[in-house]
Amino acid sequence: MIKDDKRRAMLEKVLKEHDYQESALLEILHRAQEIYGYLDKELLMDISGSLNLPPSHVYGVVTFYSFFKLKKSGEHVVTGCLGTACYVNEVEQILEAIEQEFDLKRGGSTADGKLSLLLTRCIGACAMAPNIVVDYEVIGKATKELVIQKIKQALGGVKAETS
Amino acid sequence: MSTNTVKLKIDGVDVTAAEGTTILKAAKDVGIIIPTLCSLEGLTAYGGCRLCLVEVSGTPKLFPACTTPIGPGMDVTTQSDKLKEYRKIAVQLLLAERTHICSVCVADDHCELQAMANQLGVDHVMFERNWSREEIDSTHDFLVIDRNRCILCTRCIRVCDQIEGVHTLDLKLRGKDSQVIMDLDEKWGNSCSCTSCRKCAKVCPVGAIYVEGEPIEHTKKRDVAEFIVERRNRK
Repeated sequence: MIKDDKRRAMLEKVLKEHDYQESALLEILHRAQEIYGYLDKELLMDISGSLNLPPSHVYGVVTFYSFFKLKKSGEHVVTGCLGTACYVNEVEQILEAIEQEFDLKRGGSTADGKLSLLLTRCIGACAMAPNIVVDYEVIGKATKELVIQKIKQALGGVKAETS
Repeated sequence: MSTNTVKLKIDGVDVTAAEGTTILKAAKDVGIIIPTLCSLEGLTAYGGCRLCLVEVSGTPKLFPACTTPIGPGMDVTTQSDKLKEYRKIAVQLLLAERTHICSVCVADDHCELQAMANQLGVDHVMFERNWSREEIDSTHDFLVIDRNRCILCTRCIRVCDQIEGVHTLDLKLRGKDSQVIMDLDEKWGNSCSCTSCRKCAKVCPVGAIYVEGEPIEHTKKRDVAEFIVERRNRK
């Protein structure tokens, strides 16, 4: 994917801005994910070479932070909140229902790449627990039925903005 | 390097050492051995195994001796009932975290974790064991990594980076999911930077990295880093 000249040129600009400093690794990974949507191994090898950092170090940093994605996410992204309030309000049951209904596992995507189910620690809307985020729309006081209906709507509707 | 010296007490013994020296080193210099697993002479300190925790009077906090520099007037205790209990818990947690079965391990009788458990009198593990089922990577010509036996001491990573200088190894993920990886989490046989120097196998305290078909006592040479660094510093 790095052969895509336009995006590689954008990445090169970011690298130049940071003067190829190894200390800017995190910022560069952030921007690279913004540009490409996710960080695959070819891209990580490119960044590791540009900053003259060992590939294993770059990989270690990328996997340490759950923010970074190594795989392309689905067209639509559902995020389950695993914060304490959501957890005690049984967000688990909703996640299980989503997994069953759409045949995917948390952290993964459906076979057709239409839907991803991700987890996050706390989105800061504890008063509305349990929370599920469907394509950037926070669904508070979520129920299985409501969430599944929302996801079906999203899948049948317009393509979500990718991040 | 600073030539200022610091005076302190370790286990009641008066000690004088250069400013910046760690408690572990200052104690060793006067013959007081503090138990360690991740620490290895010649490599930078990591402070991961928590076995070298010591008490410093005046504070309820425990300090890792390998990363804590000495301070003037410090009164350090390296052996006490409380510390022994903590060390036993640390070893039990290491044993429970993955799959350690001495009787079928290549490192049996040459294992620092096993020796430490014996030394501290750990005769049972009070935590539920995880029984990890990690993949064993034997794709390298002769080096094998069995991550089920890994205690994440990072000695292999540090020796690869600081002594061999290639940094093939690193840690991925975090917490209980952490694993030692090669390059971009490649199979060892496909590693683009590994020089097959086997120093990782030499310094591994347990049976996680070993040379296939070689008796472990031939492979293990845990003072390799100290030897190389000492020679390098002579220049």
